[in-house]
Amino acid sequence: MTEPLLATHGLTAHYGDFQALFGVDIKVEEGETIAIIGANGAGKSTLMRAITGLLPSASEAVRFRGEAIGTLPAPEILERGISMVPEGRKLFPSLSVEENLLIGAHAREGNGYWTLERVFEVVPVLRERRHHPGTALSGGQQQMVAIGRALMSNPDVLLCDEVSLGLAPVVIKEIYGSFPQIKGSGAAIVVVEQDIGQAMKVADRVYCMMEGWVTLEGCPADLPRDAIHNAYFGVNA
Amino acid sequence: MPETLFRTMMIRGFGLLAVLMLFVVPVIGSRAMVQDLFGVLTLLVLALNWNLLAGFAGLVSVGQQAFVGLGAYTMFACVILLDVDPLWGILAGGAVAMIVAVPVAIFTFRLSGAYFAIATWVLAEIVRLVLAQWKALGGGTGTSLPKGTTKDMWGVQWLKDTLDVSSSAASDALTYWLALVLALGTLAAAYVFLRSKAGLGLQAIRDNVGAARSVGVDPTRLKAWIFLLTAAGTGVCGALLFIQITRVTPEAAFSVVDWKAFVIFITVIGGVGTLPGPIVGVIVFYILQRTLADYGTIYLIVLGLIGIAVMLFAHRGLWGLFADKTGIELLPLRHLPPRSAHSS
Amino acid sequence: MIWIDTILQGVLLGGLYALFAAGLSLVFGIMRLVNLAHGDLIVLAAFVILIIMSSLGLGPFMAALIAAPIMFAVGWALQTYVLNRVLGDDILPPLLVTFGLSVVIQNGLLEVFSADSQKLSAGSIEAQSLTLGPVAVGVMPLLTLVMAVVVILALNYLFFHTALGRAFRATSDDAVTAGLMGVRPDNIFAIATGLAMVVATISALFLGIRANFDPSIGPARLLYAFEAVIIGGLGSLWGTLVGGIIIGIAQALGAAINPAWQILAGHLAFVLILLFRPRGLFPRAND
Repeated sequence: MTEPLLATHGLTAHYGDFQALFGVDIKVEEGETIAIIGANGAGKSTLMRAITGLLPSASEAVRFRGEAIGTLPAPEILERGISMVPEGRKLFPSLSVEENLLIGAHAREGNGYWTLERVFEVVPVLRERRHHPGTALSGGQQQMVAIGRALMSNPDVLLCDEVSLGLAPVVIKEIYGSFPQIKGSGAAIVVVEQDIGQAMKVADRVYCMMEGWVTLEGCPADLPRDAIHNAYFGVNA
Repeated sequence: MPETLFRTMMIRGFGLLAVLMLFVVPVIGSRAMVQDLFGVLTLLVLALNWNLLAGFAGLVSVGQQAFVGLGAYTMFACVILLDVDPLWGILAGGAVAMIVAVPVAIFTFRLSGAYFAIATWVLAEIVRLVLAQWKALGGGTGTSLPKGTTKDMWGVQWLKDTLDVSSSAASDALTYWLALVLALGTLAAAYVFLRSKAGLGLQAIRDNVGAARSVGVDPTRLKAWIFLLTAAGTGVCGALLFIQITRVTPEAAFSVVDWKAFVIFITVIGGVGTLPGPIVGVIVFYILQRTLADYGTIYLIVLGLIGIAVMLFAHRGLWGLFADKTGIELLPLRHLPPRSAHSS
Repeated sequence: MIWIDTILQGVLLGGLYALFAAGLSLVFGIMRLVNLAHGDLIVLAAFVILIIMSSLGLGPFMAALIAAPIMFAVGWALQTYVLNRVLGDDILPPLLVTFGLSVVIQNGLLEVFSADSQKLSAGSIEAQSLTLGPVAVGVMPLLTLVMAVVVILALNYLFFHTALGRAFRATSDDAVTAGLMGVRPDNIFAIATGLAMVVATISALFLGIRANFDPSIGPARLLYAFEAVIIGGLGSLWGTLVGGIIIGIAQALGAAINPAWQILAGHLAFVLILLFRPRGLFPRAND
């Protein structure tokens, strides 16, 4: 059996004395869309931070393309082809929209599907406002910049941490509307979502997390609603 | 851990013994030794004050030499212009330093971290340049205490008769004892303060800014008081220093090497932000000074390199290393004393 | 008329201070690092130029060209092996490390070169002056001011129109997120300090040609430079130029009233401005 593109094996993570992840196993195959759902504090963002090298983990706990990458720092993870849209967007206030996008390609341009022009084609409004400071845009537009920025490195895996948080439904729909094109570029996508409905719609497979553990996994079609409900809120909630 | 406790008691015992021995030095020791130790004790006072400021209150001043100079010049002004006993000049030196610290604090407290540090340095320069204009006290070239000033100091005659020594030795002994009392007093005050509710709150703030409110301490007010009181302590020490030195110039009174570099290195090497740090630092400093004094600038280079190495590899200095290794807490600051534990 | 001349001399002096401050401003703006050794590093650069001049028989300008990459390497190594290890939220460790460096460099130079005054001799250009209407200005002081403007133009171009500058600004905004973009903050900081040392070499060149220098003059020059940076506002290079010129004019005016007041007047101008503008004249919006 060949190894998946990206996988975690018994991944644990700590914030000081507080343990946030307890042996998490997930895998992402080439071109797949994965949704990770769970309530606030379930450990979803911590998982993203551990994969991208923002939180230290054991070397073998994260493997990508057959390589143990658990101890690598963030820039080296990006260079290998994993990029992230961080929670809260985190655009650089000193950089214009265009510069925010360009810095995404600072260290890696990959196979070159995603370019400044391609991002502007997908989200034309960004072209109009390319010279504005990134932080002067509306929330939805900022989110598109953050996604575009992460795509500029032409990643093999795109991690999206809570991209719909705090946005209007119509904007969320627009953001998820761009996912087929991202998939078309060959990238696997991992979305972290609190919105179960949205996650189910885009995902090939779903992981549900609670209090640092994976409590459920499977294809959306195979998962009964009450199983998800139990995995999300705890059995007797 | 009874072994740790035992060792802690041992060290405290040695400390007590050392203090007793320090008190009898002028009676049994040579005059050179008295003068040497006077220098060590005054540096200890300055380091204790700077440590409170930078290590505990987070006020990284690089301009405390301003208050040494102010204390020195105030004492000289008292003696030369008002013709009073230099010992009154010491108190006046502390008072003037504290008064000048008020506008300094008002100005610098509005500035954040790095700006604060630079501003304290600029203000120290301003004080030096202004005092260098004071013609009655010698202007840029400085002046000496009038002949016989230290001989006529309160208590010197009595010491001279009691110890059966020359009057200059007697005045050295007097300034020495004052320095010792000042050092012990500063240490005790720092200990009591840091274990008080306000002091513990201050350390909580240092370790976690968010904790400030939950501790119920107004950090700015507390820091302002620390700034004023350490200025006073530094001023008193400056006045005392220059009674013994007997000659003041702007360069000497505001010396960057003596009252800034030495003080900072002593604190850093011993352990910035630890209470015993300055004591350890001043002992290391003294040993280095005795071994390297003949090599001039090499001495400063070595001191600087040790300071850098400590900052890179042992953040809390030699004392921090020692405490971590042995578990000994000589002057424990972590545990709430019973009374304030209940009051909160 | 004498006042116009005084102010003009002040502006020209300010050019030198702005040159000292430009490298500092770069480092301060990107990593909030207060480098207390910057003044001594400028003096070190002046001695490096001096050694190159005497050993290779070159003029000061050519020698500075060779000294610049050497100083870049010094800055890069300093940041990589020392300063990056102490950078963080707490300003105390970097402040104390650079203070230690300042003492070490100053006394190291004293040990090697003694306390004798040195000068970088540039030949006849030192004495030349231009007549600008009613006043005469020295060519060298004018060249210093022009150089300050050129350096700031170049740094601004780098900052706002190159990929490296983009990475500088992103790292300055948020080093963690910059890491997610593949930007290595440690590397960025090392390059920034290297560049600051190149600027320090240029300042050393003009300092050494205009006036005598010896190992002890670093800290005072550093203080003027810091005043310029702080008056100008964190991260604003043009602000730094304005700040340098304000300090220069204040010193020139002070000296015109009473020679003993030159330095004092500069410091008072600094205090006065910060009293009304605690974040400097041109602070960045998002700090």
